[in-house]
Amino acid sequence: MSDTLFDMIKKRSYFKSRRLPYLLILPQILVTATFFYWPAIQGIVASFQLSDPFGFRTQFVWFDNYIALFIDPLYLKSILTTLFFSGSVALVSICGGLFLATMANRVLKFTSLTRTFLIWPYAIAPAISGILWLFLLHPSYGVVAIFIEEWFNIDWNPLLESSHAMLMIVMASAWKNISYNFVFFLAGLQAIPHSLIEAAAMDGASPFRRFWAITFPLLSPTMFFVTVMTIIFSFFESFGIIHAVTQGGPGGSTNILVYKVYQDGFIGLNLGSSSAQSVVLMGLIILITVLQFKYVERKVQYTG
Amino acid sequence: MSKIKCFWLVMAVGLLISFAGSAFASPTEIHWWHAMRGSRGEVVQTIVDSFNNSQSDYKVVATYKGAYDEVVNAGVAAVRAGKQPHILQAFEVGTQTMMLSGAIYPIHELMADKGYKVDWSQYLQPVLSYYMNADGNLMSMPFNSSTPVMYYNVDLFKQAGIPMLSKDTPITWDELGDITGKLVKSGVEGGLVTAWQSWTQVENYSAIHNIPFASKSNGYEGLDTELMINNDKVINHVARLKSWMADKRFFYGGQKYQGPKSEFIAQNAGVYIDSISGIAKLKSAVNDFSWDVAPLPVEAWMKEPQNSIIGGASLWVFKGLPKKDYAGVAAFMKHLAGNESQILWHKETGYFPITLTAYDKLKADGYYEANPLQEVGIKQLTRRIPTKISRGLRLGYFIQIRNIINEELELVWNDSKTPKQAMDNAVARSNVKLREFERTYK
Repeated sequence: MSDTLFDMIKKRSYFKSRRLPYLLILPQILVTATFFYWPAIQGIVASFQLSDPFGFRTQFVWFDNYIALFIDPLYLKSILTTLFFSGSVALVSICGGLFLATMANRVLKFTSLTRTFLIWPYAIAPAISGILWLFLLHPSYGVVAIFIEEWFNIDWNPLLESSHAMLMIVMASAWKNISYNFVFFLAGLQAIPHSLIEAAAMDGASPFRRFWAITFPLLSPTMFFVTVMTIIFSFFESFGIIHAVTQGGPGGSTNILVYKVYQDGFIGLNLGSSSAQSVVLMGLIILITVLQFKYVERKVQYTG
Repeated sequence: MSKIKCFWLVMAVGLLISFAGSAFASPTEIHWWHAMRGSRGEVVQTIVDSFNNSQSDYKVVATYKGAYDEVVNAGVAAVRAGKQPHILQAFEVGTQTMMLSGAIYPIHELMADKGYKVDWSQYLQPVLSYYMNADGNLMSMPFNSSTPVMYYNVDLFKQAGIPMLSKDTPITWDELGDITGKLVKSGVEGGLVTAWQSWTQVENYSAIHNIPFASKSNGYEGLDTELMINNDKVINHVARLKSWMADKRFFYGGQKYQGPKSEFIAQNAGVYIDSISGIAKLKSAVNDFSWDVAPLPVEAWMKEPQNSIIGGASLWVFKGLPKKDYAGVAAFMKHLAGNESQILWHKETGYFPITLTAYDKLKADGYYEANPLQEVGIKQLTRRIPTKISRGLRLGYFIQIRNIINEELELVWNDSKTPKQAMDNAVARSNVKLREFERTYK
């Protein structure tokens, strides 16, 4: 048997040229370098500088921008706001997604139609989702707001009440993300062998117990993945929702980290501070991603 | 071929090309990046077209680059890349940043260098003073300028038995308290709402009552300026608005204009403070009640209220472009300030005409008799010679400072802070920003 035929039978692809693999991954490296590494390095450099927007006056100030951030009580508050917001979005969208997926898994008729409808909200841009919820919950013209005021006798006013504003953006973000989580949970549920559940049923376990004792543990890798993705989503993608609905108000109570970067950097042209903020944000996300690779990759079962 | 023959051939071809080039020379392009969209954008284009048709040396190309902040960012990026446009429209809060940028060609120098003798006294002074440096030299060309006024619902006023307001003499804040009280008693849901609360209730309130907003003549005379809005007068004003919230004589409709405006249109509020540029919007949006415009209220103790201050944007000329282009830029600026452009701009958009000659022409033509609403703002703006305090605000990181003031006011409105705590905190937080700015430009 010749060498080449042997190579063809081997499962792993094998390149004779040492340079070819590098050449093949070059486009991807170029894209990543241009759109991630280059701006990230620029951001890190700018975070140690005090600079006017036009870049004519730049001075190196060591960690001054970071120190200024961490002695600012409002920045620390913004971190807490972000964590609270992300946690709430994760909780609502994961519970919602899991509930819908469990129900959709039992639907016998029109299965694909039901699932398609449930996935739809994910296709909506965050800003649009924000506007939709604003239409529902605006104190003056919101349909749901009028119901809340009349039925529960609550003076609903997200323009002034921090908790109302927070509730509104959590709902708008979670609603959108429920669909995303739904897809993964549904896939996860379908990967669980029926035999296990049937065996448990034969042993007399109630549907609730079957869920907690079998389905839920088997779903945990999906759960972890979905949690990480939702938190990353709520760190970044929720920008559009906040921009459209609260602009960080009232009194800065919905000013999450990514929105503050935008306000200080893009609107306010305070480049040093907003670069430092981006670096902090990047650090947080790297941390989350490391956690993901460390714990999730190991647990996720790709085969059914 | 001999060397000489070759030389002549090259010369001939060269000459031919250069002749052809000059015969078909295209006009020099002047690029103008702006933030005027929709109907305003169309008026901009009309003014540009009339300039382009009036001569053949220059062609102005006006490009919409997005909202104000996006235009400024586009300008910043362009300067960094060395590809700046000739003219950039920048909003008034960015004045200090643009002025200190080191990237601009001051308009007074440009016009003088290109041989235009501009009589700046023929311009509306409160508009010019916002864009002048400490020495009184104009740094950018005022373009779209507005000022806040007070809109009121005529039908609701009649229903509550309130007489109509004067278009010249402002009412007092106490009178407004009575009026909004009567409105609420007559069954209207709320009294007063205001758009852009920092601009209308703190910045303009301070200017009208000649109260310093910041030290060093509101920042005109030095970067070491500090905010001064935690004075008794401003605190009392905020406290009064807060006390009006108890019976809904005042209520909060949001930071920008959309929320407050929709409250006024829905007749949830009888009185609404917003920029004069709201006139056009209300004209198209309101069809089930009649409304009118009055000057902003003043305090009873202020016998001679000062001018209000402007909002809007001005045009900055960037340096570093080919020398020959600047003659075209200057010619276009002259065209822009001309009566024809200014009258069209004012009539179509409601923004002020920037010259007295255009204003006088409009008056002589009887425009304000037919459109009395349009004159309320101009009269309020020009009722006094601006003082060092009422001429404008010149602060670094002004956008963040406005944000801070907005946040602190919201914390008053939702009972988290007393007016004094909020204003003290706004000053402290803003001063941190001002020091950071000072350090950057030291």
